[in-house]
Amino acid sequence: MLSTITAPWPWYVSGPLIGLTVPLLLLLGNKTFGVSSSLRHICAACFPSDIPFFQYDWRKETWNLFFVAGILGGGFLAAHFLIDPNPVAVNPQLQEFLKANGVSDYSGMVPHDLFNWPALGTLKGLILMVGGGFLVGFGTRYAGGCTSGHSIMGISTLQWPSLVATMCFMAGGFIMANLVLPFILRL
Amino acid sequence: MKTVETNTDFEVRSLDTMGMNEMERREATFLNLKYAVVGVAFGIILVKSEVISWFRIQEMFRLQSFHMYGVIGSAIVTAMITVWLIRRFNIKTVYGEPVHIHPKPFNKGLVFGGLLFGCGWALTGACPGPLYAQIGSGATVTVVTLLSAVAGTWVYGKIRDRLPH
Repeated sequence: MLSTITAPWPWYVSGPLIGLTVPLLLLLGNKTFGVSSSLRHICAACFPSDIPFFQYDWRKETWNLFFVAGILGGGFLAAHFLIDPNPVAVNPQLQEFLKANGVSDYSGMVPHDLFNWPALGTLKGLILMVGGGFLVGFGTRYAGGCTSGHSIMGISTLQWPSLVATMCFMAGGFIMANLVLPFILRL
Repeated sequence: MKTVETNTDFEVRSLDTMGMNEMERREATFLNLKYAVVGVAFGIILVKSEVISWFRIQEMFRLQSFHMYGVIGSAIVTAMITVWLIRRFNIKTVYGEPVHIHPKPFNKGLVFGGLLFGCGWALTGACPGPLYAQIGSGATVTVVTLLSAVAGTWVYGKIRDRLPH
Protein backbone atom coordinates (compact mmCIF):
# COMPACT_ATOMS: atom_id res chain seq x y z
CA MET A 1 0.00 0.00 0.00
CA LEU A 2 2.62 2.51 1.08
CA SER A 3 4.85 1.53 -1.83
CA THR A 4 2.03 2.54 -4.22
CA ILE A 5 2.19 6.02 -2.75
CA THR A 6 5.96 6.32 -2.59
CA ALA A 7 6.49 5.01 -6.13
CA PRO A 8 6.23 7.72 -8.82
CA TRP A 9 2.57 8.41 -9.60
CA PRO A 10 1.51 7.62 -13.19
CA TRP A 11 0.30 10.46 -15.39
CA TYR A 12 -3.33 9.29 -15.34
CA VAL A 13 -3.40 9.73 -11.56
CA SER A 14 -1.35 12.91 -11.12
CA GLY A 15 -2.74 14.74 -14.18
CA PRO A 16 -6.41 14.63 -13.09
CA LEU A 17 -5.38 15.55 -9.51
CA ILE A 18 -3.54 18.62 -10.84
CA GLY A 19 -6.61 19.44 -12.97
CA LEU A 20 -8.85 19.35 -9.88
CA THR A 21 -6.88 22.28 -8.42
CA VAL A 22 -8.72 24.52 -10.90
CA PRO A 23 -12.33 23.91 -9.68
CA LEU A 24 -11.13 23.69 -6.08
CA LEU A 25 -9.62 27.20 -6.12
CA LEU A 26 -12.64 28.58 -7.98
CA LEU A 27 -15.14 27.16 -5.51
CA LEU A 28 -13.11 27.98 -2.39
CA GLY A 29 -13.08 31.68 -3.19
CA ASN A 30 -13.17 32.63 -6.86
CA LYS A 31 -9.42 32.26 -7.32
CA THR A 32 -8.15 31.54 -10.82
CA PHE A 33 -5.29 29.05 -10.88
CA GLY A 34 -1.86 30.52 -11.59
CA VAL A 35 1.57 30.44 -10.02
CA SER A 36 3.82 32.91 -11.85
CA SER A 37 1.66 35.82 -10.60
CA SER A 38 3.24 35.18 -7.17
CA LEU A 39 6.55 36.46 -8.55
CA ARG A 40 4.86 39.72 -9.44
CA HIS A 41 3.26 40.05 -5.99
CA ILE A 42 6.71 39.56 -4.41
CA CYS A 43 7.95 42.48 -6.55
CA ALA A 44 4.89 44.59 -5.69
CA ALA A 45 5.29 43.89 -1.98
CA CYS A 46 9.08 44.16 -1.67
CA PHE A 47 10.46 46.38 -4.45
CA PRO A 48 7.66 48.30 -6.21
CA SER A 49 10.10 51.22 -6.94
CA ASP A 50 7.36 53.49 -8.40
CA ILE A 51 6.93 51.15 -11.37
CA PRO A 52 3.26 51.42 -12.48
CA PHE A 53 3.12 47.65 -13.17
CA PHE A 54 3.68 47.01 -9.47
CA GLN A 55 1.28 49.69 -8.16
CA TYR A 56 -1.75 47.66 -7.14
CA ASP A 57 -3.22 46.26 -3.96
CA TRP A 58 -1.11 43.08 -3.73
CA ARG A 59 -2.78 42.27 -0.40
CA LYS A 60 -5.86 41.25 -2.41
CA GLU A 61 -3.66 38.50 -3.85
CA THR A 62 -2.24 37.32 -0.52
CA TRP A 63 -3.97 34.01 -1.22
CA ASN A 64 -1.51 33.40 -4.07
CA LEU A 65 1.46 33.80 -1.71
CA PHE A 66 -0.14 31.37 0.74
CA PHE A 67 -0.70 28.97 -2.17
CA VAL A 68 2.95 29.00 -3.28
CA ALA A 69 4.16 28.73 0.33
CA GLY A 70 1.98 25.61 0.47
CA ILE A 71 3.62 24.26 -2.70
CA LEU A 72 7.00 24.67 -1.00
CA GLY A 73 5.69 22.87 2.10
CA GLY A 74 4.16 20.10 -0.02
CA GLY A 75 7.51 19.64 -1.76
CA PHE A 76 9.16 19.26 1.64
CA LEU A 77 6.58 16.75 2.90
CA ALA A 78 6.69 14.62 -0.24
CA ALA A 79 10.49 14.59 -0.33
CA HIS A 80 10.80 13.60 3.33
CA PHE A 81 7.89 11.28 4.00
CA LEU A 82 6.82 9.91 0.61
CA ILE A 83 10.24 9.52 -0.89
CA ASP A 84 10.87 6.94 -3.59
CA PRO A 85 14.26 5.30 -2.91
CA ASN A 86 14.89 4.61 -6.60
CA PRO A 87 16.46 7.18 -8.94
CA VAL A 88 14.21 8.66 -11.61
CA ALA A 89 13.78 6.26 -14.57
CA VAL A 90 15.08 8.17 -17.56
CA ASN A 91 14.91 7.36 -21.26
CA PRO A 92 18.14 5.51 -22.29
CA GLN A 93 18.80 7.95 -25.16
CA LEU A 94 18.67 10.87 -22.75
CA GLN A 95 20.95 9.00 -20.33
CA GLU A 96 23.49 8.49 -23.07
CA PHE A 97 23.39 12.15 -24.06
CA LEU A 98 23.73 13.29 -20.43
CA LYS A 99 26.52 10.82 -19.71
CA ALA A 100 28.52 12.33 -22.56
CA ASN A 101 28.07 15.68 -20.81
CA GLY A 102 29.14 14.56 -17.36
CA VAL A 103 25.69 14.02 -15.81
CA SER A 104 25.44 10.68 -14.03
CA ASP A 105 23.69 11.43 -10.71
CA TYR A 106 19.96 10.74 -11.03
CA SER A 107 19.13 10.88 -7.31
CA GLY A 108 17.70 14.39 -7.26
CA MET A 109 14.83 16.23 -8.90
CA VAL A 110 17.49 18.53 -10.38
CA PRO A 111 20.77 16.96 -11.53
CA HIS A 112 23.31 17.57 -8.75
CA ASP A 113 26.08 17.48 -11.34
CA LEU A 114 24.74 20.69 -12.91
CA PHE A 115 22.77 22.45 -10.17
CA ASN A 116 24.84 23.02 -7.05
CA TRP A 117 26.25 25.99 -5.13
CA PRO A 118 29.85 25.77 -6.41
CA ALA A 119 28.54 25.59 -10.01
CA LEU A 120 27.25 29.15 -9.58
CA GLY A 121 30.86 30.19 -10.06
CA THR A 122 30.98 28.67 -13.55
CA LEU A 123 29.57 30.05 -16.79
CA LYS A 124 27.51 26.89 -17.34
CA GLY A 125 25.96 27.09 -13.87
CA LEU A 126 25.24 30.79 -14.26
CA ILE A 127 23.45 30.25 -17.57
CA LEU A 128 21.41 27.29 -16.25
CA MET A 129 20.37 28.72 -12.89
CA VAL A 130 20.58 32.52 -13.10
CA GLY A 131 19.92 32.87 -16.84
CA GLY A 132 17.22 30.20 -16.85
CA GLY A 133 15.50 31.66 -13.80
CA PHE A 134 15.56 35.14 -15.32
CA LEU A 135 13.94 33.85 -18.52
CA VAL A 136 11.26 32.04 -16.49
CA GLY A 137 10.39 35.23 -14.57
CA PHE A 138 10.62 37.62 -17.50
CA GLY A 139 8.97 35.28 -20.02
CA THR A 140 6.02 34.22 -17.89
CA ARG A 141 5.13 37.81 -17.07
CA TYR A 142 5.57 38.98 -20.68
CA ALA A 143 3.34 36.08 -21.75
CA GLY A 144 0.92 36.84 -18.92
CA GLY A 145 1.02 33.38 -17.38
CA CYS A 146 2.86 30.09 -17.08
CA THR A 147 2.03 26.41 -17.44
CA SER A 148 -0.60 26.55 -14.71
CA GLY A 149 -2.18 29.86 -15.74
CA HIS A 150 -2.17 29.46 -19.53
CA SER A 151 -1.77 25.76 -20.27
CA ILE A 152 -4.15 24.46 -17.61
CA MET A 153 -6.40 27.33 -16.47
CA GLY A 154 -6.53 29.16 -19.83
CA ILE A 155 -6.94 26.21 -22.20
CA SER A 156 -9.47 24.45 -19.95
CA THR A 157 -11.63 27.59 -19.92
CA LEU A 158 -11.40 27.64 -23.74
CA GLN A 159 -9.32 30.80 -24.11
CA TRP A 160 -7.54 30.48 -27.46
CA PRO A 161 -4.80 33.02 -26.61
CA SER A 162 -3.68 30.59 -23.88
CA LEU A 163 -3.35 27.84 -26.49
CA VAL A 164 -1.12 30.15 -28.54
CA ALA A 165 0.97 30.88 -25.43
CA THR A 166 1.31 27.17 -24.68
CA MET A 167 2.46 26.41 -28.22
CA CYS A 168 5.10 29.13 -27.82
CA PHE A 169 6.24 27.66 -24.46
CA MET A 170 6.71 24.32 -26.21
CA ALA A 171 8.44 25.87 -29.24
CA GLY A 172 10.87 27.76 -26.99
CA GLY A 173 11.55 24.62 -24.98
CA PHE A 174 12.13 22.46 -28.08
CA ILE A 175 14.58 24.99 -29.51
CA MET A 176 16.47 25.37 -26.24
CA ALA A 177 16.58 21.69 -25.26
CA ASN A 178 17.55 20.35 -28.69
CA LEU A 179 19.54 23.09 -30.38
CA VAL A 180 21.09 25.27 -27.65
CA LEU A 181 21.39 23.19 -24.47
CA PRO A 182 23.89 20.70 -25.97
CA PHE A 183 26.33 23.61 -26.48
CA ILE A 184 25.72 25.00 -22.99
CA LEU A 185 26.37 21.61 -21.38
CA ARG A 186 29.72 21.39 -23.17
CA LEU A 187 30.92 24.67 -21.63
CA MET B 1 -16.39 63.57 -11.41
CA LYS B 2 -16.67 60.20 -9.76
CA THR B 3 -13.48 58.16 -9.63
CA VAL B 4 -13.68 54.41 -9.67
CA GLU B 5 -10.70 53.40 -7.54
CA THR B 6 -11.48 49.70 -7.27
CA ASN B 7 -11.78 49.29 -11.02
CA THR B 8 -8.43 50.94 -11.61
CA ASP B 9 -6.79 48.61 -9.13
CA PHE B 10 -8.44 45.61 -10.78
CA GLU B 11 -7.12 46.70 -14.16
CA VAL B 12 -3.54 47.00 -12.96
CA ARG B 13 -3.76 43.88 -10.82
CA SER B 14 -5.13 41.75 -13.66
CA LEU B 15 -2.57 43.06 -16.19
CA ASP B 16 -0.59 40.18 -17.75
CA THR B 17 -1.96 37.84 -15.09
CA MET B 18 -3.93 34.61 -15.19
CA GLY B 19 -3.99 33.53 -11.55
CA MET B 20 -6.01 36.03 -9.56
CA ASN B 21 -8.53 36.81 -6.90
CA GLU B 22 -11.96 37.51 -8.40
CA MET B 23 -13.83 37.36 -5.11
CA GLU B 24 -16.04 40.34 -4.28
CA ARG B 25 -15.87 40.16 -0.50
CA ARG B 26 -12.66 40.40 1.43
CA GLU B 27 -11.47 37.41 3.44
CA ALA B 28 -9.72 37.59 6.81
CA THR B 29 -6.00 36.93 6.31
CA PHE B 30 -5.97 33.69 8.30
CA LEU B 31 -8.64 32.23 5.97
CA ASN B 32 -5.96 32.27 3.29
CA LEU B 33 -4.59 29.21 5.04
CA LYS B 34 -7.01 27.10 3.03
CA TYR B 35 -5.14 28.08 -0.14
CA ALA B 36 -1.93 27.01 1.59
CA VAL B 37 -3.54 23.61 2.18
CA VAL B 38 -4.43 23.37 -1.53
CA GLY B 39 -0.82 24.39 -2.24
CA VAL B 40 0.52 21.60 -0.02
CA ALA B 41 -1.57 19.03 -1.91
CA PHE B 42 -0.47 20.52 -5.24
CA GLY B 43 3.19 20.47 -4.13
CA ILE B 44 2.99 16.81 -3.13
CA ILE B 45 1.44 15.91 -6.51
CA LEU B 46 4.16 17.87 -8.34
CA VAL B 47 6.88 15.88 -6.56
CA LYS B 48 5.22 12.47 -6.79
CA SER B 49 4.38 12.85 -10.49
CA GLU B 50 8.03 13.86 -11.09
CA VAL B 51 6.95 16.88 -13.14
CA ILE B 52 9.43 18.92 -11.07
CA SER B 53 12.23 16.69 -12.34
CA TRP B 54 14.70 18.38 -14.70
CA PHE B 55 15.12 14.98 -16.39
CA ARG B 56 11.39 14.64 -17.15
CA ILE B 57 11.36 18.12 -18.69
CA GLN B 58 14.29 17.22 -20.95
CA GLU B 59 12.47 14.03 -22.01
CA MET B 60 9.38 16.08 -22.84
CA PHE B 61 11.24 18.58 -25.03
CA ARG B 62 13.20 15.80 -26.72
CA LEU B 63 10.02 13.74 -27.34
CA GLN B 64 11.49 10.82 -25.42
CA SER B 65 8.61 10.19 -23.03
CA PHE B 66 4.84 10.54 -23.00
CA HIS B 67 4.69 11.18 -19.23
CA MET B 68 4.60 15.01 -19.21
CA TYR B 69 2.14 15.15 -22.12
CA GLY B 70 -0.08 12.71 -20.26
CA VAL B 71 0.05 14.76 -17.05
CA ILE B 72 -0.62 18.14 -18.67
CA GLY B 73 -3.19 16.72 -21.11
CA SER B 74 -5.25 14.89 -18.49
CA ALA B 75 -5.01 17.91 -16.16
CA ILE B 76 -6.50 20.10 -18.91
CA VAL B 77 -9.29 17.61 -19.66
CA THR B 78 -10.18 17.26 -15.96
CA ALA B 79 -10.20 21.04 -15.45
CA MET B 80 -12.25 21.52 -18.64
CA ILE B 81 -14.94 19.06 -17.57
CA THR B 82 -15.20 20.41 -14.02
CA VAL B 83 -15.30 24.06 -15.15
CA TRP B 84 -18.00 23.11 -17.66
CA LEU B 85 -19.99 21.48 -14.83
CA ILE B 86 -19.60 24.61 -12.66
CA ARG B 87 -20.93 26.76 -15.51
CA ARG B 88 -23.64 24.33 -16.61
CA PHE B 89 -25.13 23.96 -13.14
CA ASN B 90 -24.21 27.48 -12.04
CA ILE B 91 -22.40 26.13 -8.98
CA LYS B 92 -21.54 28.93 -6.51
CA THR B 93 -18.41 29.38 -4.42
CA VAL B 94 -18.48 28.47 -0.71
CA TYR B 95 -19.40 32.14 -0.08
CA GLY B 96 -22.34 31.89 -2.46
CA GLU B 97 -20.77 34.05 -5.18
CA PRO B 98 -21.09 33.11 -8.84
CA VAL B 99 -17.78 31.90 -10.31
CA HIS B 100 -15.95 34.56 -12.37
CA ILE B 101 -13.34 33.81 -15.00
CA HIS B 102 -12.25 36.92 -16.88
CA PRO B 103 -11.09 36.06 -20.41
CA LYS B 104 -7.64 37.42 -21.28
CA PRO B 105 -7.37 38.94 -24.79
CA PHE B 106 -4.53 38.15 -27.18
CA ASN B 107 -1.44 40.31 -27.38
CA LYS B 108 1.95 39.77 -29.04
CA GLY B 109 3.55 39.32 -25.63
CA LEU B 110 2.01 35.84 -25.49
CA VAL B 111 4.29 34.85 -28.38
CA PHE B 112 7.51 36.67 -27.40
CA GLY B 113 7.16 35.99 -23.69
CA GLY B 114 6.03 32.43 -24.36
CA LEU B 115 9.16 31.66 -26.39
CA LEU B 116 11.42 33.19 -23.72
CA PHE B 117 9.70 31.28 -20.94
CA GLY B 118 9.97 28.04 -22.95
CA CYS B 119 13.75 28.55 -23.13
CA GLY B 120 13.91 29.16 -19.38
CA TRP B 121 11.77 26.08 -18.73
CA ALA B 122 14.19 23.87 -20.71
CA LEU B 123 17.24 25.35 -18.94
CA THR B 124 15.98 25.18 -15.35
CA GLY B 125 13.72 22.16 -15.80
CA ALA B 126 11.07 24.05 -13.90
CA CYS B 127 8.16 26.35 -14.48
CA PRO B 128 7.19 28.60 -11.54
CA GLY B 129 5.16 26.01 -9.57
CA PRO B 130 7.91 23.39 -9.63
CA LEU B 131 10.50 26.02 -8.60
CA TYR B 132 8.80 26.29 -5.20
CA ALA B 133 8.38 22.50 -4.94
CA GLN B 134 12.04 21.92 -5.86
CA ILE B 135 13.18 24.24 -3.07
CA GLY B 136 10.87 22.51 -0.61
CA SER B 137 12.12 19.08 -1.68
CA GLY B 138 15.63 20.08 -0.70
CA ALA B 139 17.25 21.51 -3.84
CA THR B 140 18.41 24.60 -1.92
CA VAL B 141 20.33 26.08 -4.85
CA THR B 142 16.99 26.53 -6.66
CA VAL B 143 16.53 29.55 -4.35
CA VAL B 144 18.97 31.31 -6.69
CA THR B 145 16.82 30.35 -9.71
CA LEU B 146 13.70 31.65 -7.94
CA LEU B 147 15.35 34.95 -6.97
CA SER B 148 16.50 35.30 -10.56
CA ALA B 149 12.91 34.71 -11.70
CA VAL B 150 11.75 37.48 -9.34
CA ALA B 151 14.44 39.72 -10.86
CA GLY B 152 13.21 38.79 -14.36
CA THR B 153 9.66 39.72 -13.39
CA TRP B 154 10.88 43.03 -11.96
CA VAL B 155 12.87 43.90 -15.09
CA TYR B 156 9.79 43.09 -17.21
CA GLY B 157 7.74 45.49 -15.08
CA LYS B 158 10.45 48.15 -15.45
CA ILE B 159 10.68 48.01 -19.27
CA ARG B 160 7.11 46.88 -20.00
CA ASP B 161 6.13 50.10 -21.83
CA ARG B 162 8.99 49.75 -24.28
CA LEU B 163 8.21 46.14 -25.28
CA PRO B 164 5.92 45.22 -28.20
CA HIS B 165 2.53 43.99 -27.02
